[in-house]
Parts: sequence; structure tokens; C-alpha cells
Amino acid sequence: MIEFKLPSMGADMDEGKLLEWKVKPGDKVKRGDIVAVVDTTKAAVEVEIWEEGTMHEWVVQPGETVPVGTVLALLLAPGEDAATAVRPKPAAAPAPAVERRRISPAARKHAQELGVNLDLVKGTGPEGAVTVEDVEKARAPAAPVDRNLEMRKAIAAAMSRSKREIPHYYLSETVPMLRATEWLARENEKRPVTGRLLMAVLQLKAVALAAAKFPDLNGFFRDGAHQPSSAAHVGVAISLRQGGLVAPAIHDVQAKPLDELMRNLADLVKRARAGSLRSSEMSDPTITVTNLGEGGVEAVFPIIYPPQVAIVGFGGIKQQAVVASVAADHRVSDGHRGALFLAEIARLLQEPEKL
Amino acid sequence: MTITYREALRAGLYEALEKDGRVFLMGEDVGRYGGTYAVSKGLLEKFGPERVRDTPLSELGFVGAGIGAALGGLRPIVEVMTVNFSLLALDQIVNSAATLRHMSGGQLSVPLVIRMSSGAGRQLAAQHSHSFEGWYAHIPGIKVLAAATIDDARFMLGAALAEPDPVIVFEYPALFETRGEPASDAVDISSARIRRTGSKVTLVTYGASLPKALAAAEEVDGEVIDLRVLRPLDIDTVLESVRKTRRAVVIDEGWRSGSLAAEIMARIAEQAFYDLDAPLARVCTEEVPIPYARHLEEAALPQPEKIVRAVRGMLA
Repeated sequence: MIEFKLPSMGADMDEGKLLEWKVKPGDKVKRGDIVAVVDTTKAAVEVEIWEEGTMHEWVVQPGETVPVGTVLALLLAPGEDAATAVRPKPAAAPAPAVERRRISPAARKHAQELGVNLDLVKGTGPEGAVTVEDVEKARAPAAPVDRNLEMRKAIAAAMSRSKREIPHYYLSETVPMLRATEWLARENEKRPVTGRLLMAVLQLKAVALAAAKFPDLNGFFRDGAHQPSSAAHVGVAISLRQGGLVAPAIHDVQAKPLDELMRNLADLVKRARAGSLRSSEMSDPTITVTNLGEGGVEAVFPIIYPPQVAIVGFGGIKQQAVVASVAADHRVSDGHRGALFLAEIARLLQEPEKL
Repeated sequence: MTITYREALRAGLYEALEKDGRVFLMGEDVGRYGGTYAVSKGLLEKFGPERVRDTPLSELGFVGAGIGAALGGLRPIVEVMTVNFSLLALDQIVNSAATLRHMSGGQLSVPLVIRMSSGAGRQLAAQHSHSFEGWYAHIPGIKVLAAATIDDARFMLGAALAEPDPVIVFEYPALFETRGEPASDAVDISSARIRRTGSKVTLVTYGASLPKALAAAEEVDGEVIDLRVLRPLDIDTVLESVRKTRRAVVIDEGWRSGSLAAEIMARIAEQAFYDLDAPLARVCTEEVPIPYARHLEEAALPQPEKIVRAVRGMLA
């Protein structure tokens, strides 16, 4: 049997709440299918599966909040039979959900009178038993989850971790944009309004190509080592209207034509703001691009989103030039490599037609 | 003016003998010797040998004589010295005193008061250190009292003598030297008393364990209930307190198995289950014959530290 587990969809995610199953027991799934929708602190995310099989059993029900790594469902592998399939042994870690919780009789009665949901009450009595005091504490009206606050917390956690763990170095370079601007204007004249390209797409592509060439600025730093990535899944920092931001990935940017990237980007921005992203988009970025040109700033000195090892920033285009900057992880790359990487981005942007 | 527990007992006896000519005291060494614990000192001289009578060492015999005197219209106070020796008189107490009203269809009445000391803590070894209050509290037809305060030592006897049926009054040598001012003569023999108010846990006890429970209560914000009347139990006072604190520890110098503590816990579980915030607990005497050596005897008995530990265990 295949265990379908809750994936981590970002360094700031510890748990998720299952909102919905997209696949019923008995349904067949293939790689990349969306099987569930999970609420993280940032958004409702569509979770994909990366194995082929048949949904057998929902282990977690909609509404439950579970830690990352929890088995959400069991699937039958192709050719497997429900009657003969071997159920995977639950991991050695105890499954507290199965054990009957200790709730004192008085607490149970009190909770019933007050309409307090005991599942949400933390026990502080002997052996973790829930007592009347615990129910009283839980009774304090649980403030409706403030999504903005939650997101702020998530960003705070991820950025603090980044600054704590990652020795950043910063480089910047002023990149002439005359050729790219002129080329873009000519290209867009040929296109319908809906098909026009944005400068951001050229920048994304340039970063992806450079990242593919300089693998020490692409990939993850995990378990004390760099894990380079052959593909450049570029995370795009998207600010949300209610505040906060997400940086979901466009996959394989180095290999996609500009028109496709433009469609991907528009779709991604739309879905990010609607709060319906996919799990792979949240967990896969190997490098991130943040563009604050719209705000009129000249240069950005961004913070790396762990476990990535670099982030590229673009300021606004002023006097036919833009300041491109990179913050990179000194554990993985040195300033010299960072400089070559930045120079490569600048070079690529001088030949927009080749992007 | 403060008096000792012993003096309070003596004052109770004095008053009873003085007030009612039907009352007399009998038992081993209560007369010329003045009582094994010097409780009845001076009474023989004051009230004479008719009313303060020394008996042979024959508990079965003189308790039976007391029952006969009560049936005949007197108000005997029989002292059997200690609960240890009362075992020899069990047949008279259980088979006669406790049953005669029932077996005579209400025609016979046994207004007998039996006094006896109880408990360990004075290095009297295994045969002289028993606590059998729980056994007596098991028997329908008798009332069982435990005097743990100066007030109760002073005034319980008078209330017991006013009862139409047999009453056993337990006295505690471990408390004989405690001092206090008798506060009130309004002593009933039907209710338990809250001796200290508290909010975190109810400590239910009686007799010589009361000062230990009070000491422990200081550390854990405990509410201490002195049962006073071991039969019939005033369980309502206990339940009311448990409903407030939601936790209870019973402290009983009897052995754990089949103890009075077990009965108290059962009643709480039966009647206040949904008010409990933690499993019930008890601190009883270790299940060994009471040792002679002081340190072992102390280790065997309930102590304030054990009570505090039991409470902490349920507050986690």
C-alpha cells in the first residue's frame, strides 16, 4: 500500500488542516493529480500526489489538523488488491489520537455545559488529564483565526530562521535595460492585449537560465549539505492584497518559452490571490525572484527563503537600467560565483530575443 | 482558659456524673488508679465507689454488665481502656448492644456509652496500636464517634449519653496533650465539621490524623473535614466540599484494605463522580503490624508529607 502523507509546503509549515478530499476511495490517481485541499497558514493549497494508484482509505477526515508527515490516506499500488495488500505498519511514534484522552469527569461535564469542544482543550492535570481549569481556560472565546496574523507569524518564523542560520552575502549590479525594453515593446505590438508579455517574465527566464548554469545558487541546503537542482523552479514573490506574501514556484522556467511563462505567471498570481495554490508550487522553489519595481524602489536586498540558497531582487527600471541584486548562502557559494551569476543575468537580458 | 484534651475528657465525665444520677462510670482501673490515661483521676473521691467502679480484667463481662444496666434504666459509661481490648467484648457490642432494639421489636433500649482509646504513635507495638474505628462503623445499631478536638473531647460525652441507643466514643492518646479552649457546648453528634477551609483539595479525616491533615492543608490549600461521626456518616458535608474543590484525599489511620477510607471514597465516587477533577486518593497506615521502633512506626502511619505528596500527585 502507498501512504499518502501531508507534505511540507514551505519552511514555515508545521501542520495543515485538511479541508477537502478531491478523490474518493476507489478512484484512480496518477502522478500530479490533486487529491486533497489543505489549509496552511498562508493559503488553501491543492495537494498533489506523485505516485500512481487507487484511493483505498481516507485516514484523516476533513476538518482535522495534523502535523506535516502524517499519513492522510492509503492507496493501492497498481496491481495491488485490497484483500491482500499489506498495510504499512504505523511508524514507531505513538499515535496519540487513538489513545483515549484523560478527561476528568468534572471537566467533561463542565465542557458540556459550556459547549466547549474538548478536542481543542489542552490537559494540564495528572498524566495530561483535562481538568475544569483547562476547560475554563479554553472557554475564553477563541479569537477567530486571524489569517493575517497567522501569516505574519509564519513569515516571521521563516525569515528569522533564515537570518539565524544562513550567512547571507549581497551583491548588486546595474543592468542596462534599453535593449530588453525596446524588444519587449516590439514583441507586444504583435500580440493581442491579453497575450502581452511583462518585463518580469524576461527577468524570470534570465534568472532561471543563469541558475541552471550556476548550480551553487540553485537548490536546497538541507541536513548540512547543498542539494543542487538541475531544474530551476523559480519562486515568484507575490504580495497579497490583505498583506503578506507567498512565493510559489513556476516549474522548469529554464525550459519554457516566454509565452508559456507569461501564462503561468498570470495564472499563478491569480490563484495566489484567490488562495488556491498547489502543494508542489509551495514546496518546490529552488530559487526565488522578488521584483519591487512597481513600488518604485531602486534596489532590493532580499532575505533567502529557507531551504533555498539564493534569491534575486529587481528594482524599478530607471533611465533604461535596473538594479539586479542577489542574496546568496555563503555556506554554498562564494561572492565570486555570485558575481558571475549576476553577470550572467545581465548578459542574458542584453539578448532578449534569445530568451 | 486553655485546657488539655485529657482535662476536657475529665470535665465531660465530671459534668455527666454530676448532672444525672443514673450515670455511672466503670472499667479497668478507672477508680483507685484514676484511669490508665489519668482521665478519671479524682472522680472516685468525688462521686464514690457506687458510681466510679473498678472492674476485673474481663471486657466481655463488664461490657455485658453495662448493657444490662442500660436495659435496666441506668446510663452507664463503660471504659474498655483501648480498642485493642474491645475485641474481647465484640460479641456483647455487636450481638447484643447493637441488635436488641431490633430483635425486641423496639421494646428494649440500650442507652450505653462505651469509651475507648485508639490509634498508634506511642511505641506500644503491634498489639496495642490498633485503629478499628472502621470495624465499628460497619455495624448497624450503634453510633460511632471520634473526638479529635478539645470541644469534642469535652462535650461529645454529654450528647452521647442523651442517645437512646449504644454509642461508642473513640478517644486519642496521641492527642491527650493538645491544648485549647473549649469554645462551645453546642456539640452535635450528627455532623462532620470543616476544620479549615481551602480550595484545591478536600482532605477527609478523623481522630488522631486531624492535626496531620491540617498541617498538610497549609501547604496545599486544602479544605479539611473532620468526620467526627463515623456512623452514621455525614457524607453530605464531604460531598459539598468535594464539589467545590473537585479533588479528595482521605486520611485514615486504619489499614488501607477494607478501611473506613475505602467507604468514604466509594461514597464520593458514587455521588460526586461528575464533580471530580482527579482520581480519589487516600493516605492510610501501611499494611503491616504496627512496628515498635519509633522510626518504623512513624514510617507506617499517615504523615503530613505523605498527604502533601498525594495531593501534589493529583494536581500534577
